[in-house]
Amino acid sequence: MAEVTLSKIVKKYDEVEAVRGIDLDISDHEFVVLVGPSGCGKSTTLRMIAGLEDITGGEILIGGDIVNDVPPKDRDIAMVFQNYALYPHMTVAENMSFGLRLKRFPKAEIKKRVDEAARILDITELLERKPKALSGGQRQRVAMGRAIVRNPKVFLFDEPLSNLDAKLRVQMRTEIKKVHQKVRTTTVYVTHDQVEAMTLADRVVVMNHGLIEQVGPPNELYHSPRTRFVAGFIGSPAMNFIPARIEQNGSGLAIKLNDKLAFPVPEARKTRYEKYAGKNDMLLGLRPEHITEAHGHMEPGKIPFDANLEVTEPMGMETLVYFPLNGTQICGRVNPKAGAQDGAPMQLAADLNNMHLIDAASGRVL
Amino acid sequence: MANVSAIATDLPVARPKYGSMNRDRIWALRWSYFFLVLFAIFFLLPPIYMLITSLKTSAEISAATNPWWVFNPTLDNYKELLTSNSYLTYFRNSAIVSVVVVSITMLISVPAAFALARMKFWGSATLATGVFLTYLIPETLLFIPLFKMFAIFNEWTGIALINRWWVLLILYPTLTVPFCTWIMIGYFASIPKELDEAALIDGATWMQTLTKIFIPVALPGLIAATIFAFTVSWAQFLYPLAFTTSADQLVLPVGIITSLIKGDVFNWGQIMTGALLGAAPPLIIYAFLMDYYIAGLTAGATKG
Repeated sequence: MAEVTLSKIVKKYDEVEAVRGIDLDISDHEFVVLVGPSGCGKSTTLRMIAGLEDITGGEILIGGDIVNDVPPKDRDIAMVFQNYALYPHMTVAENMSFGLRLKRFPKAEIKKRVDEAARILDITELLERKPKALSGGQRQRVAMGRAIVRNPKVFLFDEPLSNLDAKLRVQMRTEIKKVHQKVRTTTVYVTHDQVEAMTLADRVVVMNHGLIEQVGPPNELYHSPRTRFVAGFIGSPAMNFIPARIEQNGSGLAIKLNDKLAFPVPEARKTRYEKYAGKNDMLLGLRPEHITEAHGHMEPGKIPFDANLEVTEPMGMETLVYFPLNGTQICGRVNPKAGAQDGAPMQLAADLNNMHLIDAASGRVL
Repeated sequence: MANVSAIATDLPVARPKYGSMNRDRIWALRWSYFFLVLFAIFFLLPPIYMLITSLKTSAEISAATNPWWVFNPTLDNYKELLTSNSYLTYFRNSAIVSVVVVSITMLISVPAAFALARMKFWGSATLATGVFLTYLIPETLLFIPLFKMFAIFNEWTGIALINRWWVLLILYPTLTVPFCTWIMIGYFASIPKELDEAALIDGATWMQTLTKIFIPVALPGLIAATIFAFTVSWAQFLYPLAFTTSADQLVLPVGIITSLIKGDVFNWGQIMTGALLGAAPPLIIYAFLMDYYIAGLTAGATKG
């Protein structure tokens, strides 16, 4: 077990910069998830930690040692691949013990470790089978088992659940979390699925265009995104961004959406937003759960407004409603019993206590 | 109208044929069988004719009887050939040459293919194409320069390479190595990249990745390449004809022709027997490895 440090890491393929100088400190036992859209450099970063890609610039430290020029086998890491990468001609037990056999571990020790890993992953009865006789979920467990038996300093996961169906993915997500709670190995996990990132991570690293947008615990990223990208990427359905303008309104501030609609800014946010009064090109960021049905007695900061619903999506525990506002499509979450109907008007309420104000030009959350 | 429809429903209804073949498919199958049978007859007739002739005496072969029937079957041709020292020498030479050439070919082309397919180095793609291009040069173009090279080598070093059976061990790989390397590159390229990355992380060296992962996984391809190399070496005619002359240095295909055709006298019975016996080893190898060979020919087709 060890901490991992990335210092000004750069990766160039010819002239294309895939990773553009990122810094990241991962502490011992930590579960860090790199998340971002395809092509954001997250997999490249992971592969550089593994030693499968050369580093163009910067330093990678594992357990305090610079490993830039250390081959993968000497980095004491284990990796789980998206397509499992099990050796098709070996049994599960042979797959899991391959690394230990290459390192000439005593037979008894190998057996002990394989049995232990098989017990943790609940695959003891599969040990003599070949990979082709396993289901996707079982293969994924074996791939994890192969990582666990090595008892490495760091686990690296490269989109390990992408090949599984939705139900199994949720199940395996829990399994991975349980395994990490048991073995406590420092883990770097790459995914494009923000739900996976939120549920698994101690800290989430959101990447975009080869740069880190924000690093933080899942809740921090969700509630206090620093950029428009993070605000839009984390959370499903995504945050609504409504073109707006901040205006002085008597002694208070108002966020003006259009000629008809202006929301007063809550007192608590007033000092923070005052300096942007009169500025154009602002975006009001509101998560769908902060646009709900209006009712009689509403707490301060919740402002009612009228909307013409275009589409409603009943989800059972809630209903998602979509309506146009300022030229964008807005999503809200209402109580399924609130009577939302396709094509019907409805009074909704915006919870401005949870609003975000974003500078459209820089993409920064103010 | 109501009556009519009522009657119609009482009639047995044409049931839909679930899982049955439609007319187009039936006809396609009939034509396939027709041509397959035609092909089978076309390709099996010569060996059958060889077998029939090998069981005849010289007198019966030259007699104006039905050539497709044996009136006085005899095993004399077989007895004579299998007790003839020269025939056994050819057979032994062929066997040694083929086995050694297959080994040399595999020892060179498997690591070469692995390097070209996986270890991306400067010029590897060009080199891979180059390997294939060498295969495209016909042997008929190569044997004269090769002969000349051997003569010059003999002048300089005094080592005679002409008329030595073992020189075929150097010559045949020029034919087998490029092609086998090429097929193995294809096989190795179809193995997912993650497999060698996993092996690399597991602590395997390149050599261990090759021997413990790639060779077992690409076994069908390896067998296809082996069969190819064996067939080429066993059936090669031009090189041994050009490079070997003494009776004790000859391999089977050339030996049969030179020793059993004397001037304009063709010993047809023994020629056929010799060729038939000579065809046995590849046939036996095919029979044993057929399943792998077929898998070898089709694998990679779907994996790109």
